[in-house]
Amino acid sequence: MLKYILPLLLFIVMAIFLAMGLSLNPRDIPSPLINKAAPDFSLPILAEPEKTLSKNELLGKVWLLNVWASWCGSCRQEHPIFNQLAKKNLVTIIGLNYKDEAPNAKQWLSQLGNPYNVSIMDQEGRTGMDYGVYGVPETFVIDKKGVIRYKHTGPVSVSDMQTLLIPLISQLKAEI
Amino acid sequence: MLVFRTLVLLILSFNCFAAVEYRKFSDPQQEQSYKTLIAEIRCLVCQNQTIADSNADLAKDLRRQVYEMLQEGKSQVEIADFMTDRYGDFVLYNPPFKAKTGLLWLGPVVFLLIGLLTLILYSRKKRRDNGLDSNVVDKEKQVKVKALLEEGEQL
Repeated sequence: MLKYILPLLLFIVMAIFLAMGLSLNPRDIPSPLINKAAPDFSLPILAEPEKTLSKNELLGKVWLLNVWASWCGSCRQEHPIFNQLAKKNLVTIIGLNYKDEAPNAKQWLSQLGNPYNVSIMDQEGRTGMDYGVYGVPETFVIDKKGVIRYKHTGPVSVSDMQTLLIPLISQLKAEI
Repeated sequence: MLVFRTLVLLILSFNCFAAVEYRKFSDPQQEQSYKTLIAEIRCLVCQNQTIADSNADLAKDLRRQVYEMLQEGKSQVEIADFMTDRYGDFVLYNPPFKAKTGLLWLGPVVFLLIGLLTLILYSRKKRRDNGLDSNVVDKEKQVKVKALLEEGEQL
């Protein structure tokens, strides 16, 4: 009897592991930065490069850091979703313009709309590295104390926005 | 045909050229550390390549970061920590042994032990089934053999 049950059990265990492996997204690498203080930055503002924005100026607010670039194809895909979010005036959206050229970035925003309260320029990708950015677009949700609470890798879909980001933002805004 | 093949090989090899930029080191030990580190850090864009092999933009930036930190006199451990603080243990080809990575490290050993155990149990069973085990003696056959031998002696 064991002779028949054992291979069956082995098969089931293997099938479970393989099914788990197939359903995981290999691009989704858990970020070690969750629940840690968002790394500091002080970067020039895209619209007014003589001014800078630093992380500390955002303390006390719930804000999103959306990493984007004009050369990034899938940023185009999520862009309308951020435009819609911006219309709701729910949260401060900071754009981290990652390894891009200012003229291209400005053109991109004037063509597709600008959902960002402020876009800052990270031309060398150093701030991106501090945030563990490895694939644009990426979106971080940061709470009032300046702690990263969530990271989304890849383009945000309508359902990600509705079921994940917006509820989380509301929850974080309710925190003292 | 040969020209075609040479061309294809040349085109395929461009990737290899592009990944290497010239780095100047005053200290040969630092250069060694650089080579060790870039061969141990995973490029997260093309996940099955090290940053030494990869031509991705991120890999270039990470190589630059490793180089700069070595120039500042940072140790290999400090640089590896810098990477795992930002990208997690996955960034190292040789991840540290801890609770989270336990299955990764011990899994193969466990499977090897299961395999060995199965092999031992199986071969033991096989031997017993074939009657090759010296402890198992067939009384009836022994009597028959003895009888036959005695018969032979009498002849």
